[in-house]
Amino acid sequence: MASAFDRIADIIAETSDVPRETILPDSHVIEDLGIDSLDFLDIVFAIDKDFGIKVPVETWTQEVNSGQAPAEQYFVMKNLATRIEELVAAKAANG
Amino acid sequence: MRLEYFQMIDRVLAVGPESIEAEALVPAASPVFEGHFPGYPLVPGVLLVETMAQAAGYLLLYRQDFARMPFLAAVKEAKFRNFVPPETRLEVSARLAHDGSGYAVLRTGVARGGQRLCDAELTLRTLPFPTPELEAAMRAQAERIGLAAAPRP
Repeated sequence: MASAFDRIADIIAETSDVPRETILPDSHVIEDLGIDSLDFLDIVFAIDKDFGIKVPVETWTQEVNSGQAPAEQYFVMKNLATRIEELVAAKAANG
Repeated sequence: MRLEYFQMIDRVLAVGPESIEAEALVPAASPVFEGHFPGYPLVPGVLLVETMAQAAGYLLLYRQDFARMPFLAAVKEAKFRNFVPPETRLEVSARLAHDGSGYAVLRTGVARGGQRLCDAELTLRTLPFPTPELEAAMRAQAERIGLAAAPRP
């Protein structure tokens, strides 16, 4: 099974015009990869389906906009992969 | 349907948490038909997309009990299989494909007598109502088309 990072990077490359090789662990999804909010919605939809989870993107956005969390916590690729792994683990723990 | 007022849905036939079926009656006359097309009136494809989007939107309003307003965000795989002339009775359907965080993906279609006329996958964002006037208007429209009173599918 590919890592969460690789699966998410593959999804981004398939969903947007971003070349796969430019997507790195330290890439910021919005600032470095140029993903806008509508493209990000497509990516979240694909992640939801691929991982069988519901990415709480609204909560994340609210936390970033209110200053409760830095954007990097959710939108830098390696951190995004960690967040997704946490969601998958939480879902597994809750049955 | 009142095409020029973007009132596309006339009556909800059935609604449940996952799907909605509705009826739309294409009028005999509309200013839209003066341009689309002179001497050969047809409902424009973009208005059929709007019709599907409204059915999808009413489904989300029903699911979320008017807590949020749905807005069309993406149209994918839209296909227009046949012409829709005036005075056609349309069966409009929307089925939830994925309920995301602040968005939903729905498979939608329009048929006539069971024959598919068009279909599309639509993504709708849902946001808090930006104004109380809009919420009141949407509630009034839902009342007009019988959203709350419609039977389950």
